[in-house]
Amino acid sequence: MNLSMKWLSDYVDVSGIAPRQFSEAMTMSGSKVEGWEIEGSEIEKVVVGKILSVTAHQDSDHLVICKVDVGAEEPIQIVTGANNVFDGAIVPVALDGSTLPGGKKIKKGKLRGVESNGMLCSLSELGLTAHDFPYAIEDGIFIMQEDCQLGQDIQSALGLNDTCVEFEITSNRPDCMSVTGLAREAAATFDRELKLPKPSLKPGVDSIENYLSVEVAAPALCPRYVARMVKNIKIEPSPRWMRERLRASGVRPINNIVDITNYVMLEYGQPMHAFDHKYVKGGKIVVRTAKPGEKITTLDDVERTLSPEMLVICDQENPSAVAGVMGGEYSGIQDDTNMIVFESACFNGASIRTTAKKLGMRTESSSRFEKQLDPQTCIPAVQRACELVELLGAGEVIDGIIDVDNSNHEPRRIKLEPDWINHFIGINLPVEKMHEILLKLDFKIDGDYVIVPSFRGDVEHKADVAEEIARFYGYDKIPVTAIRGVANGQYTASQKFESSIDKILLAQGMTEVATYSFISPKYYDKIALPADSELRRCVVISNPLGEDTSVMRTSTLPSMMEVLSRNYNNRNKAASLYEIGTIYLPIEGRDLPEEKQVITLGMYGENADFFTLKGVVETLLSSLRIKECDYVANSANPTFHPGRCADIVIDGQVIGTLGEIHPVVCENYQIGGKAYAAVIDEASLFANVSEESGYRPLPKFPASTRDLALLCEDDLPVAVLEKTIKSSVGHILEKLSLFDVYRGQQVAPGKKSVAFNLTLRAADRTLTDEEADAAVKRVLKALAGMDVQLRG
Amino acid sequence: MTNMLNALQTIKEQAAQTLCDVGDVKALEELRVKYLGKKGELTAILKQMGTLSAQDRPKVGQLANEIRGDIESLIEQKADSLKAALLDKKLQAEKIDVTMPGKAAPIGKQHPLNKVLDEIKEIFLGMGFSIAQGPEVELDYYNFEALNIPKNHPARDTQDTFYISDNVVLRTQTSPVQIRTMEKQKPPIRVIAPGRVYRSDAVDATHSPLFHQIEGLVVDKGVTMADLKGTLEMFAKRLYGEDSVVRFRPHHFPFTEPSAEMDFQCFACHGEGCRLCKGEGWIEILGCGMVHPKVLSICGIDPEEYSGFAFGMGLERIVMRRYNIDDLRLFFENDLRFLQQF
Repeated sequence: MNLSMKWLSDYVDVSGIAPRQFSEAMTMSGSKVEGWEIEGSEIEKVVVGKILSVTAHQDSDHLVICKVDVGAEEPIQIVTGANNVFDGAIVPVALDGSTLPGGKKIKKGKLRGVESNGMLCSLSELGLTAHDFPYAIEDGIFIMQEDCQLGQDIQSALGLNDTCVEFEITSNRPDCMSVTGLAREAAATFDRELKLPKPSLKPGVDSIENYLSVEVAAPALCPRYVARMVKNIKIEPSPRWMRERLRASGVRPINNIVDITNYVMLEYGQPMHAFDHKYVKGGKIVVRTAKPGEKITTLDDVERTLSPEMLVICDQENPSAVAGVMGGEYSGIQDDTNMIVFESACFNGASIRTTAKKLGMRTESSSRFEKQLDPQTCIPAVQRACELVELLGAGEVIDGIIDVDNSNHEPRRIKLEPDWINHFIGINLPVEKMHEILLKLDFKIDGDYVIVPSFRGDVEHKADVAEEIARFYGYDKIPVTAIRGVANGQYTASQKFESSIDKILLAQGMTEVATYSFISPKYYDKIALPADSELRRCVVISNPLGEDTSVMRTSTLPSMMEVLSRNYNNRNKAASLYEIGTIYLPIEGRDLPEEKQVITLGMYGENADFFTLKGVVETLLSSLRIKECDYVANSANPTFHPGRCADIVIDGQVIGTLGEIHPVVCENYQIGGKAYAAVIDEASLFANVSEESGYRPLPKFPASTRDLALLCEDDLPVAVLEKTIKSSVGHILEKLSLFDVYRGQQVAPGKKSVAFNLTLRAADRTLTDEEADAAVKRVLKALAGMDVQLRG
Repeated sequence: MTNMLNALQTIKEQAAQTLCDVGDVKALEELRVKYLGKKGELTAILKQMGTLSAQDRPKVGQLANEIRGDIESLIEQKADSLKAALLDKKLQAEKIDVTMPGKAAPIGKQHPLNKVLDEIKEIFLGMGFSIAQGPEVELDYYNFEALNIPKNHPARDTQDTFYISDNVVLRTQTSPVQIRTMEKQKPPIRVIAPGRVYRSDAVDATHSPLFHQIEGLVVDKGVTMADLKGTLEMFAKRLYGEDSVVRFRPHHFPFTEPSAEMDFQCFACHGEGCRLCKGEGWIEILGCGMVHPKVLSICGIDPEEYSGFAFGMGLERIVMRRYNIDDLRLFFENDLRFLQQF
């Protein structure tokens, strides 16, 4: 909402308040100011001049030399290329050293050898258009017809001296989308008198009953419909003062009748429509819902198909406007319009909003109506319009008002509970002061009750009354206190667990990423997910921004691959990344999906390989005290290299997968080298955390070590050897580490040599060599059954 | 006897003289042998002790021992100083260019959004808040209806919503967690609920269809708007520094009444108005208000007995301001050159 301060001054005296002070105070009382602009403030040293003579330029076909009287002792000489200048023309003159809108500086100089001491200005050079001065032409010097003096500043000569304040009005306050509404707030804010206009009209001519009847067939959607008529219309531009105010409010002046409807809308917040009476067939306006399939061509020349929940304004036969949204093609004012009907109505806000949305045309009018306007404004608004018709001499107002009123006139009463309000806000304001504030805002007090004015549909509850009091008491004056009572703020066990995951991964040099939760369903093809995979069943967004963000992910892998790819292609040499992200798994028969947290790891670069990634996973799991898990080779996951992928298994349940990304998938993501990824279900980890074990004393007795080089079949997993060693050595095995795997000339084809180092120790004594040897013998005996021998 | 005493004195003087000039350990050892060895000069003199009278013998013996002791300690001192000189020389040779770069151990970086979020969580935890969570794919009821935003309410326009079906949306705000919390938990309630929210905004430098909010909710007996101001002002001071200045100004949210927005005084111009704050002098950081009594009732909490306040803020904007990040897209592009700066 753009507010002209000149206009505001009609209704409340804001003199002596600078724009900045005005803006700050209004903001603090609840009408947020986004900014303000002083019209013409960018223009400097541009004055009114009169052309005394126009002579040809010797060296140019298109330039002419003007002598211009700018109210100084001597006329000045200006060379111009415009061809609409003539002796006696009154023009805007940018003097030497002047500034124009946009910061353009004008300096004297020579044009083809002839001295020029400034510039004659066009409308656009002054930041204006032909809508502001309809008599002027757009391309040429602005030949002024204003009443002004030579040498006068152009700002005052053209009325460019208003200050325009831009407000951000919240959706609960449609009453403040108007000059009168803001005047009320300003009067209360600065404690000044509010002088609202009271339209007064001469007695009308003729009678409206001779021309028009109105039937409201859908009273629930149209609580009030008011009509007045004007005949002998004379269409012409509005006077300058009206154009100036419209311009300052950001509305383009059109002609007197259209401007009057806009002027009233800005002044009262009540959208108005002016119908050309000759197109109201049968002299009857019917307000009804549309018939199925009914069509209307709206003012913007688009044919629209209506549906039965939409409210339309019709004549005896056809719709002539979509109620509160936009008029039909014949509803507007034409050059030959002779008689008009002013419509000032109140519609159901929700219905207008649905209709405007469905038709895809949100207009100034609909965006006001949808906030539910006050039915009691219809009459003053239409009266004001007629008053302006008289004032402008735009036609003869016909006697009589048609008012189909189904609105509720019973004002809302709310009990004023001063103690409750004081406790709620945390202040101690006497009830008289509360009354004072409410009265300033046009509330009435009736004993213990507050009577809410009809234009304050937003005030329904004592909390709403509390807000009125709080904002004029001053939010800044409300004390600052600490909340009382006992508080037990803490992280839950699972929140602590998640934060440990972060810490462990960060300590391992993994960098955290954050990716979108929605992806394209095509990304499942990119990670080579099988066509029949359960994961392809997603939560689908019905109105996505684009295909790329159209389904909620059921896997975090595509997101991680995307990030790896972006970094690879941005020539970052290596990456070790992680994300704790959500996946969304639809559940049959339920509205909401299951949302699961997944830990995703991704790597590429010089030091990345399967075992680096596995090391990160192992350290993560052991640091989180996750129960023993198995890494089981999985050659059937198509996202991964068939020979380099493992499922992480706890108690027979797969809780995650890690591996080298399949080269085809890498190629899909334009990753030239190898990439590695892991996904682990966070909740499954959390469910498998083992009890915190106490402190283990440092050993008192020395350890014995034994190295074992074992010869076995090449495809025998090391994990099998490890398990066998662990179980056959028993509790004296303190540590088992693999130190070499060898295939080659020294061993038979199809075989490998696997070398372990065993650390053996007893807690209560020094182990004897015999005991250590016996342990090794037990290992060899157990392994013999698997065709594993000690390498000689 | 006098001859012997003189000879001993001469040995002492000679030894002291020559020891001064010794430059290395080997020469020192040679000197030791020369004076103190079995065939050394001192021993040679002692061997002649037999020729002395019983009366003179102790005198000569005493002097000889004294001189031996003196020479031994001189040699020891010299040995120490030679060793120290040797070490000095070695250390000199080991000199390095300390201006050369260090060898960095790889360290992971937390995403800037989560880094700042952790900070915010700690601040609220310190004020006795717990952390609540709620689903991102949410029922229309929780996202709108229960928050006093019925169907066709104009407030829905300010939050362009992604729909899954007629009654399921991607939550447009973290406020539904308020409702879920109040349904599950009786007062006293003191929680924050950080999380992802979704709005149908095309991606550009300041818009993203996905961003993060942090919701807050306090419900108890006798909670006032003054408490709201106190809590959020303390939060602002902890996040932005003790000297930061905030203001509360009226605003509108359907689910709070009275409602407010908290602005932070522009740190660049201290409220004078500059380019950073678009001339306003203040930068908006969060929306807040007293929980609407209707909302309390919907959640089965008696508004006559309890009151509460709620607030919500956008994480991205806070982080962008913290690090002067001018493009929201950087957060979700995850280029390491960006991530490693935090």
